[in-house]
Amino acid sequence: MTAQNVAVAAAGAKAAALAFERVTCAFAGKTPGERYTAVADTSLVVEAGQFVSVVGPTGCGKSTLLNVAAGLLAPSSGQALVDGKPLAGINARAGYMFQTEALMPWRNALDNVTAGLEFRGVARADAVRRAHEWLARVGLAGFENRYPHQLSGGMRKRVSLAQMLILDPEILLMDEPFSALDIQTRQLMENELLDLWSADRKSVLFITHDLEEAISLSDRVVVLSAGPATHPIGEFTIDLPRPRDVAEIRMLPRFVELHEAIWHVLKSEVLKGYAQGKR
Amino acid sequence: MRRASADSRLSRTQLALAHVAILGVVFVVWYGLTTPGLVSEAYANKIAFFFGRPLQVVRVVFDWFTSGKIYPHLAITLWETVLAFAAGSVLGLAVGLWLALTPTASAIAEPYITAMNAMPRVILAPIFAVWFGLGVLSKVALGVTLVFFIVFFNVYQGVKEVSPVVLANARMLGASRRQLLRSIYLPSATSWVFSSLHTSVGMAFVGAVVGEYLGSAKGVGYLILQAEGVFDINTVIAGIFVLTVFALLLDFIVTRIERRLLVWRPRTAETEAL
Repeated sequence: MTAQNVAVAAAGAKAAALAFERVTCAFAGKTPGERYTAVADTSLVVEAGQFVSVVGPTGCGKSTLLNVAAGLLAPSSGQALVDGKPLAGINARAGYMFQTEALMPWRNALDNVTAGLEFRGVARADAVRRAHEWLARVGLAGFENRYPHQLSGGMRKRVSLAQMLILDPEILLMDEPFSALDIQTRQLMENELLDLWSADRKSVLFITHDLEEAISLSDRVVVLSAGPATHPIGEFTIDLPRPRDVAEIRMLPRFVELHEAIWHVLKSEVLKGYAQGKR
Repeated sequence: MRRASADSRLSRTQLALAHVAILGVVFVVWYGLTTPGLVSEAYANKIAFFFGRPLQVVRVVFDWFTSGKIYPHLAITLWETVLAFAAGSVLGLAVGLWLALTPTASAIAEPYITAMNAMPRVILAPIFAVWFGLGVLSKVALGVTLVFFIVFFNVYQGVKEVSPVVLANARMLGASRRQLLRSIYLPSATSWVFSSLHTSVGMAFVGAVVGEYLGSAKGVGYLILQAEGVFDINTVIAGIFVLTVFALLLDFIVTRIERRLLVWRPRTAETEAL
């Protein structure tokens, strides 16, 4: 164990559910020799049972960070630690909810939800029974036989949620999961997510560009700088009471205070990202 | 035909009447031009020599089916079609999956695949006759060369176009390499195969008939070849007629199967109908 590992382990009573240790991700550019550094020297900790949101301007490498945590992408340097152990290969303890459509279009809702259990060799009857339970929990009882194209965007997100949660992952990785939804559906889904989360307090790393969403859901909000070479530039503890209603909590004075404080840090980065996008 | 019925302002019965009317007009004109009366007998006979006489064509078809003479030939042609389709599809699926998933192999094979696809493969029929004899096998071989490339290119495309997010999601759900092949690549590829079902079944049929025509002892293509040898134009046209009806029947069956198997696909017609 390196000195750093010890430091990270000592920070919490037990090892953090998920930790990034000086993670850098560089990609080969268009011309040989050119490199694009998406994420630079990022350290970040998600304690067990904590809901952590990461906000940053668009295109700042938020998804890259999540892919490292999922084990889909190996960092150029540094490492991701899961329960204090370095991650190699796919992160089997994590569930991943993608920003875009990730359901198998040739499977109906039920078979999409059973997929993970199927891959793990769970008996079909058992898998089907549990999938029925989960579809009911996300409010989709009766839609088992619908194919993804026959469901609305919100319903597809619910199926994705059930598909992930049926495997009972310890860590939830969520990449702007609700960004494609309209505002009403979005708030409903956020409340449902909070309900499901408060039932068994999983560790969550939630990526979003929506600051209000981040504050209303999280225990902690981490602000990333604009890319390239993204790194955390601020961290805020959200001391709002739980249980929360995402629509109502936005009215609290404390919410507005936090929003102002975080926006103050985020604003210059958003402008920087915008300027780069224009160039 | 399906699109026409969706877009046109005619009712279904009107449309059916129009279809039948066209057929009727063709028959009447054909009959009139090949029967002495409207045209002189010499002309009628000359035209009949090239186009046959409708009533005699109908009689040949009627005789074929009542005497049962056509059935073994039809059975052979159908059998060749089915075999060519099955073998070509399995081969195309296997090679397509393999090449799409191993970039090195696909890079090496690419010029040869392109060359073989560009080659007019009907020309292989005589070679297949030498290799496999005049029986079923040489026709199946010809059909396979035709079906294989259709299926192959569709599978290749299907694998390449698997959504990376769906793939990453399956990996996060714990799919092993083999499970990815079975649950992601194969369904995606087969959906592309099914969408090319009409073309590939049609090609298998073409392979069978052309193979028979170029040398055989049985099959509808053989019947046509024989009749042509003695200038029996009525039988040739009767053969063509039977083949056409048969092809329509195959197409109808394929449409039914396709609808069954691709329920998960959003049908473009659903949106076009608006």
